[in-house]
Amino acid sequence: MIRVILPPHLRTLAHVGSEVTLEVAAPITIASILDALEDHYPMLRGTIRDHDTLQRRAFLRFFACEEDWSHEPADKILPETVASGKEPLVVVGAIAGG
Amino acid sequence: MSKVRVLAGTRKGAFILTSDGKREKWDVSGPHFAGWEMYHLKGSPVDPNRIYASQTSGWFGQIIQRSDDGGKTWHQPGTPPGETTGPGGTPKGESNKFKYDASPETGKPLTTHQWYDGTQHPWEFKRVWHIEPSLTDADTVYAGVEDAALFRSTDGGKNWSELSGLRGHGTGPKWQPGAGGMCLHTIILDPKDPKRVYIAISAAGAFRTDDGGKTWKPINQGLRSQYIPDPTAEIGHCVHHIAMNPSRPGVLFMQKHWDVMRSDDAGDNWREVSGNLPTDFGFVIDVHAHEPETIYVVPIKSDGEHYVHEGKLRVYRSRTGGNEWEPLTKGLPQENCYVNVLRDAMAVDSLDKCGIYFGTTGGQVYASNDAGDSWNPIVRDLPAVLSVEVQTLA
Repeated sequence: MIRVILPPHLRTLAHVGSEVTLEVAAPITIASILDALEDHYPMLRGTIRDHDTLQRRAFLRFFACEEDWSHEPADKILPETVASGKEPLVVVGAIAGG
Repeated sequence: MSKVRVLAGTRKGAFILTSDGKREKWDVSGPHFAGWEMYHLKGSPVDPNRIYASQTSGWFGQIIQRSDDGGKTWHQPGTPPGETTGPGGTPKGESNKFKYDASPETGKPLTTHQWYDGTQHPWEFKRVWHIEPSLTDADTVYAGVEDAALFRSTDGGKNWSELSGLRGHGTGPKWQPGAGGMCLHTIILDPKDPKRVYIAISAAGAFRTDDGGKTWKPINQGLRSQYIPDPTAEIGHCVHHIAMNPSRPGVLFMQKHWDVMRSDDAGDNWREVSGNLPTDFGFVIDVHAHEPETIYVVPIKSDGEHYVHEGKLRVYRSRTGGNEWEPLTKGLPQENCYVNVLRDAMAVDSLDKCGIYFGTTGGQVYASNDAGDSWNPIVRDLPAVLSVEVQTLA
């Protein structure tokens, strides 16, 4: 199972707790995880990435294994520790604004 | 006995205030959608328990929320809590998808507008500023968005499509953002002519359709804006808000960036009615529910100082359709007050006497249950108030 940690406002929106677990078919990438996340929680469509371009929203970042994956290609294979569920994919809201 | 429900959108959530017809004691619920910018909430005239809300965030984008029980519970239309996708994994609705129409069918699909530096800039959806439910169908609702465009949903907010004739009528490349962005912030539906709609955009001006949104015309004749290269141009005026009394849909009142204006011919011609106002800069304007020549504004000192004049919070009322104004101060702070009242933050109920409501950037919502003669804060110390609407319930 893939583990995803969402920022608090998106947990409220999706009516989920601090961590979401998902079945995701290989290859395990940011794109495939977000596809599965949005399939299960369609209210999150458009809140993490653009509806059409699927580009990451500017004030969100993706972290995995303590590394920033925000600028990596969305179809790049994530580390095995994410695929095995040992480490989560973390979606972080930028600390900005008021 | 009648009841009143006030819907207040703030920078950090929505609040719902209810009272009986006396409008003296108020119950406050909220914050709903805590931490989100709630640009606007408005109830359906057809079904008052149906309330639409614009929930937005610089981080997470746009959400449309809907309540079918008067604000007790909410859901995103098309994606209710607990439901996932429809057959085949397709989403049941994309209530937050506002996609600009660039199809060939529109004739002139627009791709750019004027940017701050005079260059052309692509249209980019940012948020919904104003929601206007249909006067005749609870599932039909309009949304005014930034970058400026008009959208409509006919399925209760699940799916939205652009009325692209507005952007496509030819002046779109001349539209430009004001300091707050290029927003379509005012939508007025004509109660006597279902094909006539008025809208206003900062900073493009006012527009009207007479054919249900297929074609539009600018209605800015008579506006004069010294801050643009041609002060009497057809396009480019920073209209802040327009109000109409439903009994006289051809008579419009406008708070422009500077100047209070009126039109007696459905916007074809405007004349200034600022009269003896201490300053004619401001954002809100509204009309008494039963006296169509009685109008209200809150003068703001200047466009460089977005707070009330002389540190005094004063609503100005004209009983003559403009020009002659009286300050209304009873119950409002008259010293050391430096709040603003934003464009969608004033509303009137339809009780007798007419109730007037407005919210401030200081987080107060003031109400008058006697047409403005006296005021009380019905809630205070909220986050900055972005919008105020009121529902008069049987």
